[in-house]
Formats: sequence, C-alpha cells, structure tokens
Amino acid sequence: MPKKGTKSRKGTDDEPKQEEKNKLPEHLEVQRTRVVCKGDAPTEGFQYAGAFAAMGIDNSVSADKFCKNFKVVVNRLTEDDMEFDMIGIDASMANAFRRILIAEVPTMAIEKVLMADNTSVIADEVLSHRLGLIPLDADPRLFEYISENDVPTERNTIVYKLHVSCKKGSPRLTVKSGDLEWLPEGSQLPLASPAQSGDKQKTYTSFSQSQKDILEKPLGVKFKDITIARLGPGQAIELEVHAVKGIGKVHAKWSPVATAWYRMLPEVVLREEIKDADAEMLVAKCPVNVFDIEDLGNGEKRAVVARPRACTLCRQCVMGPTGEVMGPTVEQVELRRVRDHFIFTIESTGALPPEMLFTEAVRILEEKCERVISELS
Amino acid sequence: MRESEPTPSLPQIAPSPPSFPSASFPPQTTGAATDPPAQCGTHRQGEAIMEHGSVTDSTASTFSIVEEDHTLANSVRFVLNQDPRVAFCGYSIPHPADNKVNIRVQTTGDPAKDVLKDSLQDLMVMCQHVRGTFDTAVTQFRQNNPTGMNIDQNKKK
Repeated sequence: MPKKGTKSRKGTDDEPKQEEKNKLPEHLEVQRTRVVCKGDAPTEGFQYAGAFAAMGIDNSVSADKFCKNFKVVVNRLTEDDMEFDMIGIDASMANAFRRILIAEVPTMAIEKVLMADNTSVIADEVLSHRLGLIPLDADPRLFEYISENDVPTERNTIVYKLHVSCKKGSPRLTVKSGDLEWLPEGSQLPLASPAQSGDKQKTYTSFSQSQKDILEKPLGVKFKDITIARLGPGQAIELEVHAVKGIGKVHAKWSPVATAWYRMLPEVVLREEIKDADAEMLVAKCPVNVFDIEDLGNGEKRAVVARPRACTLCRQCVMGPTGEVMGPTVEQVELRRVRDHFIFTIESTGALPPEMLFTEAVRILEEKCERVISELS
Repeated sequence: MRESEPTPSLPQIAPSPPSFPSASFPPQTTGAATDPPAQCGTHRQGEAIMEHGSVTDSTASTFSIVEEDHTLANSVRFVLNQDPRVAFCGYSIPHPADNKVNIRVQTTGDPAKDVLKDSLQDLMVMCQHVRGTFDTAVTQFRQNNPTGMNIDQNKKK
C-alpha cells in the first residue's frame, strides 16, 4: 500500500497545472487550485467563468477542456472495495457521484416478511428489520421495480424461506443468514382464500417460470454468517421473505455501498528549510509520519515531506506547544488541499462490484440530465 | 412523476433574485429587477419542470424541477457558473420537505432556457467522459495487477 501511495503522489507532483499560456500570478493560482488550511477553517472560494476576466484569463471550463484534463488512477481494487483518484473534476460532480452511490443506485433487499411461525424471543418486527438489512447476492439490473399494485412475478421479486427450529433438549441454536433458502419457483405459502379445485394452489407470488431459467447463477445471500436470531430449545421460526428492487433514498437497506466517500488530495509545503532540532521536532509532531529527515552530510539534517497523502490535516505540525492553533511553525509549514483532486473510496455491500457501482452512478447522473433536457424542450 | 400544481398556488419567484445560499455574484447583473412583477411566462402544466420567468425578458428565469435535489442542481450550478454567458446562477431547495429544487439562471443575453439546456448537455458529455476514462483506468489496473493478487489481498483482511 505505501508503495502505491508514493507512486501516485509522484504522478501528481509532476503534472502541469491546467492553464497553459496565460498564467495567473502564483498566489492567485494557489487560491484557484488549492484550499489552504491555516489554523482556522478553510475558506471556500467560488469559481466562475469570469473570475479572472480583468486579467484576461479565461476561467471557464468547457466540456472539451474538462475532457482534456480529466484523469482517473485506480489505487486499489478488490472484490468489494476500491480506491481511485479522480483528477480534474469539481467537488460538485464528485459529490453528486457520492450522493448517487449512497442513495440512488438500486439494489435488491428484503421488503416483505410473511411470518408463519415465530416462537423465538425476538419480536416479529425486529426480526423483519434484521432480515431487511441482509445484503443479497443478486444483480439488481436483472430485475424490475415493483409498484404497489403490481403482482409479484419472477421479474420483480426474489423469494427466500427461512425454516429453522431448535429441538427440545438440544443446546441453543444460532440462526445465520446462510439458513435463508432461495425459492426460484416463488412463494410456497398458500393464499388464505380457498383455491378452486383442480387449479394449482394460489400463493403470494405468481411466477410464470422458474428464476433458475432466467438467471445465470443461483441467488443467495452475500454473507452466510450474519446472525439473524438465536433459538432456545423448542423454539422455531418459519417465514418467507420477498426481496424487491429499491434505492437507498427510500431505505438504507437498498444502499449498495457500506459507504462511499472522497477526500481532497493533501499537499504539504515547507516554505522554508527546517533543520536539525526543528526538523526532529516536526517529524515527532506528526502522528501520521508525513515528514522524514534527510541527511545533508556534514552532520546537518533537513525535514522533507515524504508522505503527503497520509496527511489528515490535523494541524499538529502548525500548532504551538500549548495547543494554540497558530504556532511558531505556521509560517514554515503550509497545509493545502488540491481543489480538483479527489481520492474516492467505494465500499460495496456485495450486490455489485465497486467499479460497476461507480459506472452505474455516473450513468444515473446522465439520465437525470437527459430527463431534464427532454422536459425542457 | 408527481403532477405540478396549478399556477396560483406557486410561490412567485421572479423578478428579484431571492437570496440563494450558494450563489456567486459576478460583476455583471441583468435588468431582472426592472421587469414587470412576477409572471409565469412559459410554464406548462402537468410537467416535472416549470419555468418561472417574465414574458418580456427571456434572459432570466427560475426553473422549478421536481424530484431532483442537490445531486443534480449543484452539478448543474457548477457547469452554469463556468459558462461565460451566465451572469448569475444559483439554486435553492425551497423547503426540505418539498421534493423539488429551484434553479435560477440569469444570462447576458441568450435565453436562459437554452443556456440551461446547454449546461445539462455539457454535464452529460462530462459524465460520459468520466465513465469512459474510469472504465479504461479499471481495465488498465486489472492488466497491471492480475486478479490472483487481489483475491489474496482480500483474504488477508
């Protein structure tokens, strides 16, 4: 991991900053592209097209310009977790992706619980809530939304059953999420109304074909070791659950991510050389080891910024000995964040891999634009 | 989609720009303040979007979009802000319980509606580019780091 961190840091240090010809004076360029954090809270500057018009510098971002500068670097990608750098994008868009990931990318989650028997100590509604939060291993793109008056079919509902009991005289039994059994043929509970003779018994779903035939792989739960309930001797749970498609805005159980977040790339600048004892002190102050000591030969030592990515902007390095926010080093060490460089992390709950989730999120933002455009014209 | 309410019950937004919390103030402002008081110019009923503007001046309008929030509005605000034709833009959510957002656009001459539409188009192009770049980066990462390694990393956790 630290190796990767160093690699991408180098990449960002070398890259030229956006504007080519007409360069802003350095202090304005810093203001434009960085968020400077002194002892106080950073002040947010607002950037618009004509911000530097008086100096003959165009600050607008056209789609072309954006496409030219935008970059993505993947740092880590595993089955259900990824981190990547998004460079050259505004916070408003990065935040839109984050918001969509959490609240608007659909997944499947248990919505209805048909309780046939529950003699355990855990109340029906609490049990139902626990069931709802179990991540299911089902691709939501293969299913349709179900609305209030729709009949549950194989295209919009997944049915599982949970049938467990603890025999009298045996030790207590822990019911795990792995005990949920997928019913590809639909519900097995008969409807209360007596069915016409001869007909197939009516159930709570009307599947016209088995889900085994329309899905490539069998559905299950993502993690088989989530505790649902514990049963004492003689207790039993018999129930059936219906999972439907939904979004995190309606209920967090449909959120496809454990969380998704971003942070701006930290940048630590030493404005003057910090030497010997001061350097040692600076290195000792930082709780995340941003600084290193460089040996200059002839017995002299100098502080260097070695791992700026690790910086949490805790400001220990600029704080004074008694905890005052503007310590003696505030002029020497400058803490900044790069305004258009985001370190984005996605932790998936398992329905979709994280890279797929991000792609879906971007697509949803596109669809939003499309909808408004078509409504406008 | 929820049906929009008929005109009279709507809060009248034009002519003077209300205090949007996240708005910038460029040097130039249009003459919106001198317009005849609040008209609901080009709005149509039964749609998810309503344009509250004046009959005589198409350069300043507030667009009321239902079933949208900061996600779209803030992104569009950013794109609008970067458009040289825009004199002022900002958005607000009139009430946290209402499922709608108002986007105010004042331009230096072009019809506000066209400018907004262009911005949305730009945002879409940007999104497509983000998606393309992201996919390439992921593919590249996969090539450089064969999957076996990732699985091992996962197991270690």
